[in-house]
Amino acid sequence: MAPVATPFFFYLFAAIMVIGGIMVITRKNPVHSALALIVALLAQASIYLMLYAPFVAGVQIILYAGGIMVLFLFVIMLVSIDRSIRERQFNSQWVVGLIAATALGGLFIAVYTKGANIFPEHALSIVESDNTQQVATMLYGQYMFPFEIASLLLLVAIIGAVVMAKKRI
Amino acid sequence: MGQVVQYIRSYLNSDQTPGAAGNMFWALVYIMLVFGGLSVAVIAMNWLERKILAHMQVRLGPMRVGPHGLLQPIADAIKLLLKEDIMPAEADGFVFWMAPFIVVLAAFTVFVVVPFGPTHAITDMNIGILFMLGVSSLSVLGIVMAGWASNSHYPLIGALRSSAQMVSYEVAMGLAVVSAILMTSLNAEGTGTLSMIGIVQAQQAQGEWFIFKFFPLGLIAFFIFAVAMVAETNRAPFDLAEAESELTAGFHTEYSGFRWSLFFLAEYSAMIAVSSIAVTLWLGGWLRPFPNLLHSSTWDLVFSLFPGITFLLFAAMCFYNAVRMPKHPLFRIQTIGLAGFGVVLGLIGLVLFVPAVSMRVQDIFWFATKVAGFMYLYIWYRGTFPRYRFDQLMQMGWKVLLPMGLGVLILTASVALIQQHLWHP
Repeated sequence: MAPVATPFFFYLFAAIMVIGGIMVITRKNPVHSALALIVALLAQASIYLMLYAPFVAGVQIILYAGGIMVLFLFVIMLVSIDRSIRERQFNSQWVVGLIAATALGGLFIAVYTKGANIFPEHALSIVESDNTQQVATMLYGQYMFPFEIASLLLLVAIIGAVVMAKKRI
Repeated sequence: MGQVVQYIRSYLNSDQTPGAAGNMFWALVYIMLVFGGLSVAVIAMNWLERKILAHMQVRLGPMRVGPHGLLQPIADAIKLLLKEDIMPAEADGFVFWMAPFIVVLAAFTVFVVVPFGPTHAITDMNIGILFMLGVSSLSVLGIVMAGWASNSHYPLIGALRSSAQMVSYEVAMGLAVVSAILMTSLNAEGTGTLSMIGIVQAQQAQGEWFIFKFFPLGLIAFFIFAVAMVAETNRAPFDLAEAESELTAGFHTEYSGFRWSLFFLAEYSAMIAVSSIAVTLWLGGWLRPFPNLLHSSTWDLVFSLFPGITFLLFAAMCFYNAVRMPKHPLFRIQTIGLAGFGVVLGLIGLVLFVPAVSMRVQDIFWFATKVAGFMYLYIWYRGTFPRYRFDQLMQMGWKVLLPMGLGVLILTASVALIQQHLWHP
């Protein structure tokens, strides 16, 4: 079967992602921003798929596009759109913005020019057909401890949300 | 030219899905077949739902358009296409326009991985069930967009209810699915699978449908899924998103004509999609009843007769009702039409008796029959259960189904561990 990981698809999805990201910050209407963010996240899922990581792509769609963004929209829909449109959209902290942009741009240029030595040249050896199983053995075998710590963090966040939302428990 | 024919024929001898074989032509053919079959199923569901609901309420249901209202769905479709397409003046144009397409896209895309048979699927993905759950969860985005973009109160409330409901029940649904996937790993290698075809093959290898596995654990997981899937598709008794006594029509109040029909199409194909998940995970997918117990060439022959017999029964029903039609000359066309429909069904039934045909399509038949059972259940629920109140709905999702799902998951994992390590050390 012909590989789908061709440069054409990479540039296509990367372009969709970048355009989506720009739309997120330039749209005045917060619902439109959220929808643009969904587009960007779906494009990201496609890039994961291109990198032969179907499991990560599926989880990305379920969690971000289908779960978190729905909650985002849920909250945004209840906000008065008229008021938020009238609010000032951009922050005018030029100095901080300029420093951040130069730092990030410098990093990109450095990676682009010297990147050949940083990243491994050989392709990934994991077969696509048992990607999920590989992720499972890694998460529940080699990286069990960090995985559990991450879930503990989430548990703390949940408890924090309940404590903050409820006056009397 | 010869190369093209060679390319087309090369797939016929392989025992893979066209997606796995990488054959673009047959993948397209399968996509068209699935799309066409799905559309026919939605049309049939439209008619059946009205008819069955009517009979449950001791009414006749549609009787005017065609014999026994058989042409009613077509009349409805024409009406919907000719209706004026209204967009509210204050609506958000682009989002309003996009919403029905996203819902339809999500509802139809999931059928890419639905296994109608070991080779009868468009493709088989390593993440099959994850893909189905993920893409079908995207349809809630369309609903939220529709409700918000209409810029009207009822749609907004409907969309809020619908998204809250779908997000809540997705959790219980996911837990039930995980406990079924756990069962696929009970083999010699100890690795499970998320692929839809792999899940059915695991049931075949283990010799029982997952609904009966670790009785009653499989049954409880199936029950959780069966409740959650009705809530996921916003159907009665969980149809608060479109509670007509409170919200007119919920999120699609402002939609009319073709766009409204897209929502309708999406709702029914989403019902078929979640039913096929349930069939694949717990009811053995395309497997016929007792594939291992009654395993001999005689039984194979007996079970391969079922598709033909079913169609002949439908044909017989048509003829019976054609004979019972009123003898008045005004009914002559309807009588002839019904008899003609019976003849068509009978011919399909006869074709299905040809061994070569029935061997190829009987897995599709068993899959479709199981899904049809779920479709009937949907109508039955709608005819019998009163609608839940919203707080009852949330209580059911978070306080009943979610703990039950967690419990079943833990118990399934423990029983599976005990079985693997104590009985087969």
